[in-house]
Amino acid sequence: MSIAYKAPQKAQVAGLGSMFRVKTAAVVAAVAALALGPAVASATETLPLKDVHWSFEGPFGKFDQASLQRGYKVYAEICSACHSMNLLSYRNLAQKDGPFYNPKYPNPNDSPYAKAIAADIKVPDIDPDTGDPTTRPAIPADHFKNPWANEAAARASNGGALPPDLSVITKAREGGPAYVYSLITGYIDPPPGLTVPDGKYYNPYFPGNLASAWSGPINKVPPGGLIGMPFQLYPDRVTFDDGTKATTEQEAHDVVAFLTWASDPKQTERKQMGFAVMIYLLIFAVLVYLSYRRIWRNIDH
Amino acid sequence: MSGHSNYVPKTAIERWLDVRLPIVRLAYDSAIDYPTPKNLNYWWTFGGILAFCLVTQILTGVVLAMHYVPNADLAFNSVEHIMRDVNYGWLIRYIHANGASMFFLAVYIHIARGLYYGSYKAPREVLWLLGCVIYLLMMATAFMGYVLPWGQMSYYGAVVITSLFGAIPYVGNAITTWLWGGFAVGNDTLNRFFSLHYLLPFMIAGVVGLHVWALHVPGNNNPTGVNVKSKADTVPFHPYYTVKDGFAIIVFMILFAYFVFYAPNALAHSENYIPANPLATPAKIVPEWYFLPFYAMLRAVPNKLLGVLTMFGAIALLFAVPWLDTSKVRSLRYRPAMRWFFFAFILVTLTLGWCGSKEPNDVVIRLGTAPNGDPTGINVTLFSQPLAVFYYAYFLVVLPLLGLTEKTLTPPETISTPVLSRGSVAMPVGAPAQAEKRG
Repeated sequence: MSIAYKAPQKAQVAGLGSMFRVKTAAVVAAVAALALGPAVASATETLPLKDVHWSFEGPFGKFDQASLQRGYKVYAEICSACHSMNLLSYRNLAQKDGPFYNPKYPNPNDSPYAKAIAADIKVPDIDPDTGDPTTRPAIPADHFKNPWANEAAARASNGGALPPDLSVITKAREGGPAYVYSLITGYIDPPPGLTVPDGKYYNPYFPGNLASAWSGPINKVPPGGLIGMPFQLYPDRVTFDDGTKATTEQEAHDVVAFLTWASDPKQTERKQMGFAVMIYLLIFAVLVYLSYRRIWRNIDH
Repeated sequence: MSGHSNYVPKTAIERWLDVRLPIVRLAYDSAIDYPTPKNLNYWWTFGGILAFCLVTQILTGVVLAMHYVPNADLAFNSVEHIMRDVNYGWLIRYIHANGASMFFLAVYIHIARGLYYGSYKAPREVLWLLGCVIYLLMMATAFMGYVLPWGQMSYYGAVVITSLFGAIPYVGNAITTWLWGGFAVGNDTLNRFFSLHYLLPFMIAGVVGLHVWALHVPGNNNPTGVNVKSKADTVPFHPYYTVKDGFAIIVFMILFAYFVFYAPNALAHSENYIPANPLATPAKIVPEWYFLPFYAMLRAVPNKLLGVLTMFGAIALLFAVPWLDTSKVRSLRYRPAMRWFFFAFILVTLTLGWCGSKEPNDVVIRLGTAPNGDPTGINVTLFSQPLAVFYYAYFLVVLPLLGLTEKTLTPPETISTPVLSRGSVAMPVGAPAQAEKRG
């Protein structure tokens, strides 16, 4: 795999080491650093991910609702033509911390936003009178409509490739939001010497091994891989309702924020609860430590 | 649980119960009055921390099982359903998932503490053996639990580990088929793993009961390794160690909470958020961090059967430790030469863990460059071989031989001696008196 793929695991092992025994951790880190420096396999490299700032980063990060709404629009108008989001229902859009949450409607099934969004979409159903397949306008409780009848249909329309379901995409890719952002904005022209077959596109962030498609110098295999999805986020491909200018970067930023929310919709609640828990535990720890000192004050140990 | 009981039933119902089922007496003797060496340091708090971990895992696991569906087609989505639709399901699942890592972190520190202070030496061999059994059960439980979300790493982890049994001559394939419940890892495998994953924690709890029993017969070891000689060496467990363990547990919970709330997927693999697909093998199959040193030893040996034996042998060695160590002195505090080997052992094991997280052909020490620009030199497999040899040598050579030849320091006469000789002698024993007053 790539450098970008491996780096977090080194940090992880070293991190556990420091928990285990502080003394040895420094030595381990030194060994790991020494060892990892040259541990590179050039043929399967990808470019380092782009450094993007997100509103949901850090212990106090929150989703930016306007950005989530724009991101949903990008998904609905562009991505949803090929990518399903099977784990989401239209009601989720209006739940707490979601793109269309409104405190007036604590039950997202009652939300007029969720209802209106769902009503525009026809989902498959069975006619109760005849038993024949039919379609009807969706309701908030319906799952997002799958663009494909089945996997074979999806592959047949995409040159054999299966557009992945996007429900948990930022959790399911090393690098998370930064990876997805880098991938969808990172298309560049294939360098001369790289043979790109029909229906495939060169992307320096997509994991792969291009050695067999490369006719240039053997030690200069380009980073990245060949992906079945062409570049999508042309400027002004969507029109944002709030007047935000739809550049490639803006569209990507918003849709990745939306996908991150979809992958981990309880993130804001989690961090807020975490802060309260930390305060509680710290105060609790101090009190118990003082009790410990008091109880042991007459014991010489 | 052992020795003289100081319990005096105070109320009528306690007196009535005491002659029929002395359960209050048992609780009093083992959790309140139990005499504990007064010099235990914070490394000793990990027993209590582990009890906390076990209870946390069982409680969260029981709730998760109410919502989880053990079916190959539904398992992945049912886990996401827990995370999205069950009230505080995300919290319960992240506690359970990270709780496994916390459990192993604590158990490794607990085992290392036992090795360092010689807590396995007579008369605590059975205590140590029961601990090894708990560790084995924990590994089985954790492995099967990791399979349940039925993501890519779940599936291929199950394939790799169960296939190891195929290396056994003659009966290997039959055993593997029997483990799988078929001719490949599939729905039947998932079902039996779920059943066993629910069963084993209660077996762990049972062995923990024996472990505590076996602890309370000889009593705690302590950092000096010197036996308790008199009442002046001990304090009652409550309140002295309930408060100390309590403090340690809360500090541990802060670390635990950091992972649950701020980095819930940091110890997992992103690959496991891709539903299991038997037709698409991931580029890299890596076990959870707590199995990495053993995984590295498995891969360090080119022969499959020998690799499997090396891996399981690394764990089996722990069972033999009480009889491999020949030293008369328990604590490494007084075995300066052994102490260096111990720290080297910890370092080697951590480095093996690092090796386990890498690809076998990754170059560790670069010696040259291949024509295509790839580095060449000593790769992970080669690098981990001397480390695995050292791991084995620590148990099979150093422990038996160094104990016969080393120069040890002289341990103190009693637990209280080093305390008193420190100079700050003030009111030696207020403890037992206080405890009696409290009743």
